[in-house]
Amino acid sequence: MNIGWYLAVSALVFAAGAAGVLTRRNPLVILLCLELMLNAANIALIAFARMWGNGDGQIFAIIVMVVAACEVCIGLGLVVAIYRRRLPIDVDELRELHG
Amino acid sequence: MAEVLFFLAALGAVTGAIGVVLVRNPFFSVLALVFHLLSLAMLFLLLRAEFVAAAQVVVYAGAVMVLYVFVVAYVGAAEPAHLRAPVSATQRSVALVFAAALAIELFIAVLGSGLKGIDTEGAPYRAGFGTPSQIGELLLTRFLLPFEVASFLLLIAAVGAVVLARRRGGIHEEEERVTATSLLRPVGTGTMAEAVGALTGTPAHRPLGPPTDEGVEREPAESAPRGGW
Repeated sequence: MNIGWYLAVSALVFAAGAAGVLTRRNPLVILLCLELMLNAANIALIAFARMWGNGDGQIFAIIVMVVAACEVCIGLGLVVAIYRRRLPIDVDELRELHG
Repeated sequence: MAEVLFFLAALGAVTGAIGVVLVRNPFFSVLALVFHLLSLAMLFLLLRAEFVAAAQVVVYAGAVMVLYVFVVAYVGAAEPAHLRAPVSATQRSVALVFAAALAIELFIAVLGSGLKGIDTEGAPYRAGFGTPSQIGELLLTRFLLPFEVASFLLLIAAVGAVVLARRRGGIHEEEERVTATSLLRPVGTGTMAEAVGALTGTPAHRPLGPPTDEGVEREPAESAPRGGW
């Protein structure tokens, strides 16, 4: 398959993740949608690594996976902390920083 | 054969992504993401990134998603529909328009970029491309600094998660503090309150028999958290 097909899949997945971040209100699902967007970037990186025939893009993808794991770690820690404080788990109601 | 596998995996990846966004129950969202990640691993294999595909399945679809499932089970998966109004129609339609515009823009940016390599299957395959040995060699030679920075970032994130998720704010009304010294000393030799019989010791000192009524009335106070979805 041509590299362009993989890039098309990447664009579709990224757009789906962006739509999820904009429409959902549960922070857990918003984190899942962020994962989708990072994964879309990973597909593009690995497709370009295949296009050039060297491994730099794959290293980049692995680092992106590490960053995604850190983000999940902190995000889920925040969700657990919110739950412990008995606050509603809803990004529309948690808006103290909104101004 | 590769075409058939590509279209199967691409269909799985896109439907998984749309499922994550559309399903109402967060638990099924997580399952849809696992399906998406497995399809993605197949795409990575087709691109000859063997090590990244294996890491995707083991680390991402395995470990990270188990963490998600734990938190969804802890916080409560069901989203009771009567507690909340749905997202307003204008917000939903604006988001859809934005996502469609983003997709079209990405298509134009990527496919119209004029890169000659996009219309090919990529560089000719060299033996050892994408294998663990090549990735390891790159990580320990050319990309040693990003590798170390990534490991440091993981350490910071682990410490941060522990700090964020721990209990804080002193003793809540329905729980008692158990300190290391209270576990070490024998019953009734600790505080003045114990000596005058006002306090029957910390939970570590409770006798092993049937629970006292004090313990019984503690139980329901823990349940039924306020708020929700």
